[in-house]
Amino acid sequence: MAGLDLTVAAGECFGLLGPNGAGKTTTIEILEGLTPPDGGDVEVLGGPWREGPANRALRERLGVQLQETQLADKLTVAETLALFRSFYRRSHSVDEVLALVELEEKRNARVVTLSGGQKQRLSVACALVSRPELLFLDEPTTGLDPQSRRQLWEIIRRFKDAGGTVLLTTHYMEEAERLCDRVAIMDHGKVIALGSPEELIASLGADQIVEFALSDGTTPAGLDALPGVKAVRPGPDRIALTVAQVHRTVPALLGLIERQGAELSLLATHQATLDDVFVALTGRQLRDE
Amino acid sequence: MNEHPLVQLTLARMREFYREPEAIFWVFGFPIVLAFALGLAFRNSGPGELNVGVASGPGDSALAATLDATPQLGAVVLDSAAARLRLRTGRIALLVVPGDPIVYRYDSTRTESRLARLEVDDALQRARGRSDPAAVRDERIVEAGSRYIDFLIPGLLGMNLLGSGIWGVGFSVVQARQKKLLKRFMATPMRRSHYLLGFILSRLIFLFVEVVALVGFGRLMFGVGIRGSVLLLAGITILGALSFAGLGLLVASRARTIEGVSGLMNLVMLPMWILSGTFFSYARFPDAMIPFVKALPLTALNDALRAVMIDGAALTSLGAPLAVVAAWGAVSFVVALKIFRWR
Repeated sequence: MAGLDLTVAAGECFGLLGPNGAGKTTTIEILEGLTPPDGGDVEVLGGPWREGPANRALRERLGVQLQETQLADKLTVAETLALFRSFYRRSHSVDEVLALVELEEKRNARVVTLSGGQKQRLSVACALVSRPELLFLDEPTTGLDPQSRRQLWEIIRRFKDAGGTVLLTTHYMEEAERLCDRVAIMDHGKVIALGSPEELIASLGADQIVEFALSDGTTPAGLDALPGVKAVRPGPDRIALTVAQVHRTVPALLGLIERQGAELSLLATHQATLDDVFVALTGRQLRDE
Repeated sequence: MNEHPLVQLTLARMREFYREPEAIFWVFGFPIVLAFALGLAFRNSGPGELNVGVASGPGDSALAATLDATPQLGAVVLDSAAARLRLRTGRIALLVVPGDPIVYRYDSTRTESRLARLEVDDALQRARGRSDPAAVRDERIVEAGSRYIDFLIPGLLGMNLLGSGIWGVGFSVVQARQKKLLKRFMATPMRRSHYLLGFILSRLIFLFVEVVALVGFGRLMFGVGIRGSVLLLAGITILGALSFAGLGLLVASRARTIEGVSGLMNLVMLPMWILSGTFFSYARFPDAMIPFVKALPLTALNDALRAVMIDGAALTSLGAPLAVVAAWGAVSFVVALKIFRWR
């Protein structure tokens, strides 16, 4: 971790985006007061982490979901929530928090019987039970199916709409784009870009991506000179062009390929995403899956 | 009240425990099975019928019939080869060779053989018309507390308190650490002391069930009584449970994995099972070892439990063993808190 300088505003949903090993979890656990920082200052809700009663007073106002926690298998959903809520002076009732995460019908089910998505919602429920002002979520949707992921997004959005502040880590750019007001893109323990998803995408200078490949695997010369092309990024199996106007670039690209006598094996275009921002900054894909 | 973190933590501990069938067996079932099996195997029946042989010769069958009629003896006529073999292998305790004089052939270092010598001689002399000048009467008694099962039940109680303290606390703490549940709790305002007290409280509740089950079983099945004060016995088991919970906490204070802590737990428990006089008296160990053995918490606890259950001892005479138990618990607890790994 080096030179991390971030401020998260109240009422904001802030995302730490980056590949595995980028330092997201270390960062969020330092902010949660679980890992002492090697140096620098951390302020949470207006004060630094202290020992003793001040520590507990600060924790009263936070909700935390950790990436690796496995809740006790043998307890039921309601028992788990009753346990967590007993630690807080001001908390939601078990029924209230069950409604927040839509787990009412699993009230008396043992944790071990829950699906991955349900376990994750319970884990978020344990964070929400304290009526937190600030919610920390470490990779809340990693490994979940698309439907469970959307369900969790909905829960997080509702919390934010009610005035809560969220700090989450993710390696899903789509998640960051949908949920976050601002994101910090991290790589190798450093923040390499900071801003709203729209700003970061706009920083590419163009908002469309054209990807193509030739059947002989070569890269044609003269791509830079095509109309509307802002950047050329050759990848392992395809070439990506960042372009401002697809309707001007694509016909010119096809003409260029035809003049060289080459054959096209792939052609696709999409709106630029945070993934493209990450690739533009690092030359690597965000997710190497 | 129900919303107090201590109540919730204790409830969670109890639920996790009683929803684990294996744990129930090892804590409640196993000591009873052990008590039952050992109680049956080592029941005090006294020596049974003694087998003796009569060497073939003149008047052998009459001799054998006389001996066989005695309740304590069983006699058979044997030829000399078979007699030698049986005597050597201990299947007969003594060989009677007819003649004048009658010869008793036996190994005088064997208790059984010397007993047989007395019984056989008595039976033969009476049959030949011996009269006893002094009138005697036998009064048979069974001394409560002198049987093996009376010795065993307090030992099993001590062993069980050790096992459930170390397993119950150590295993759960390390499991919570391994599953990052401990770290998750650290992210809440939960007081660390509440977390540890939750373990102790749930231990005390289960302790009641453990003690009643084992002592009740000994009482019903084998008539093992409690000669001393029941209240004092309860106090000693609580002290033992607290002390072993401290020991369990110490064992679990640093370990990150279940495998790691299992090794440590066995390292702590196995020597005490052997040394601390659970199944047999530690007086059998060489004198030089005794002070060391007596300093072990399980030895001290077993001594105190036996003193109350068998001898009916009062609190005043139990100062030394109870101090040993309490000291182990206090030191373990303090050290455990100092070095405890909360993440």
